[in-house]
Amino acid sequence: MTDRQNASAPTPDANGSASSLSLRGVRKTYADVVAVESLDLDVARGECFGLLGPNGAGKTTTMEICEGLTSPDAGTVELLGFNWHTNASELRQRIGVQLQETQFPDKLTVEETLRLFRSFFRHGVSVEESIQTAQLDEKRSSRIGGMSGGQKQRLAMACALVGDPELLFLDEPTTGLDPQARRHLWDLVDQLKQAGRTIILTTHYMEEAERLCDRVGIMDHGKIIALGTPQQLIASLGGEDIVEFAVTGHAMNEGTVNTAPLMNIPGIQSHRVDAGLHQLSVRELHHAVPRIFAALSEQGLHLSEFRTHSATLEDVFVGLTGRNLRDE
Amino acid sequence: MSKLQESSLYQLTAVRFLLILREPEAIFWIFIFPILLAAGLGIAFRNRPADVLQVGATTVQLTQALSIDKGLAATTMDEASGTRALATESILLLAIQRPDGVDYKFDDTNPDARTARLLVDRAIQTAAGRHEVVSVKNDLVHETGSRYIDFVVPGLLGMNLMGSAMWSLTFAIVEARQKKLLKRMVASPMPRWQYLASFLLSRQVMLVIEVAIFLGFARLVFGVPFRGSLWQLGLLCVLTSLAFSALGVLVASRARTMEAASGLMNLVMLPMWILSGIFFSASRFPAVIQPVVRALPLTAAIDAMRGNMLQGINLGQMAPQVGLLLAWCVLPFAVSLRIFRWR
Repeated sequence: MTDRQNASAPTPDANGSASSLSLRGVRKTYADVVAVESLDLDVARGECFGLLGPNGAGKTTTMEICEGLTSPDAGTVELLGFNWHTNASELRQRIGVQLQETQFPDKLTVEETLRLFRSFFRHGVSVEESIQTAQLDEKRSSRIGGMSGGQKQRLAMACALVGDPELLFLDEPTTGLDPQARRHLWDLVDQLKQAGRTIILTTHYMEEAERLCDRVGIMDHGKIIALGTPQQLIASLGGEDIVEFAVTGHAMNEGTVNTAPLMNIPGIQSHRVDAGLHQLSVRELHHAVPRIFAALSEQGLHLSEFRTHSATLEDVFVGLTGRNLRDE
Repeated sequence: MSKLQESSLYQLTAVRFLLILREPEAIFWIFIFPILLAAGLGIAFRNRPADVLQVGATTVQLTQALSIDKGLAATTMDEASGTRALATESILLLAIQRPDGVDYKFDDTNPDARTARLLVDRAIQTAAGRHEVVSVKNDLVHETGSRYIDFVVPGLLGMNLMGSAMWSLTFAIVEARQKKLLKRMVASPMPRWQYLASFLLSRQVMLVIEVAIFLGFARLVFGVPFRGSLWQLGLLCVLTSLAFSALGVLVASRARTMEAASGLMNLVMLPMWILSGIFFSASRFPAVIQPVVRALPLTAAIDAMRGNMLQGINLGQMAPQVGLLLAWCVLPFAVSLRIFRWR
């Protein structure tokens, strides 16, 4: 696990541009709860970085420290070469923020809300342009109270974009949205990435992080426990595929699996059991699967379930913590 | 869009104003309620014309003598029917002609009957040739400005400015805090003082409408006088409203829930409802608590408004009240900016 923790920070790219965000030894405690513990993080310019983790992992606290809404107990925070102590108002002009669970006034329209937020920024895009970007054309004169969750979230995104920010923070942008609205929002983030913006987002959907992020940091209990590109993290499991199976035994053997023969099969990297379901992390699936069948029938076990899927970040999280993401 | 319309203070104020207008309940409390209250009080405390007292007399001569007095309406009746009329209170007094003079039959526990006794006696004595020893003249006062409705309108105006400023601001701020909108606002480059100032400014726009409707109603329906300068009265209203807006922001600066906010608000407003002389003069309270009474913003506001409307005193002569109101604008606002909870 140690080598995962130390997964290298991105080196400055060819243009020599420094990182957009840099956290060093950041720590925050609430009463006796450690929300964030000695966090180091660098995000490069133009990168889309995802903080991934279950509820309560410290993602939002980390975001709020970056956004200058919460001050850390220890450590340094640098954004775009500035810090919150000396350049707060400059930073506010340059970043865009979407918070979790902001409710805009129900009785304002989309256009009125955007015009209000636009007025706070010295430079930025026109209200018109932000409406186009968020695809809220038809809703421009609708009151927010009558809009769907997805539309409200796109409005929140538009409010984060009116200042034409160099650095964009999105805290759980798709939580609570239906799949279609989620995909809609992903397309919007894709556009922003293509426009070269630096984006930092949090999510507890692994597929979202895989789909959107150039690099992800997996957070648990206030620490980043793994850091890298989604491909690197999945590769770190040692197997690209996951085999899941359940067995029923005969009278003598109450379905207990002797795992030693399984682990001896070449290509099998790890094994764990969760609620009677066995999970194997497997390389070269086509060679491993026949041997798994053989090993199980030698023990007189019958398969009641058997499936395989390509490893995902979800499996990475499970591999690292032994828990599922939504166990909380 | 003009430069002004692009400014954040303008946008914040305009949005506040729109939100108030789009809240039907607010419209009721701000515009309709004060009128209903003034109308109700006006009806209850209206000044009736001096009553004509119904009396009876047993002879035509007596009736004629009594009819000279405008305050009496005399009817001729015999003693038996007169006694019955007395019992049913359709007359207050019966004058009975006796050989040796006149008897007055009336109930001396009824004030109106005692008045009738005085008027009847005077009319009969005068008709019989009595001359007054001292020459007197009546100088009747029916002037506007000294009626109860004249007294209570400035009080209601002050009370309404206090109520609408405190309620609308406090609830709007606490709601924005609960909906995490405050947090979102301070995550943007918005200057924080402008957010709070927009509440004070949007109140001023409402104020023009609110005060115009209320005072216009008081003027048209009750003929309440405006003896002082109107622009000075306007200035007083603005100052009062600013002071209570600042107080409202202060009350809302920490509260996380509506319950906490309304508790605090009642704590702040209750002493003023009682002590500040809305319905009766604040000088009726004992001297010990007068310093407290005088220090309250509502007392200063109502005093100054009464001075302006009823006595025509100009602002220069009401410097203590004006100064006090100014202090109530500045201090709570400054404290709020320091202690305000933005999340």
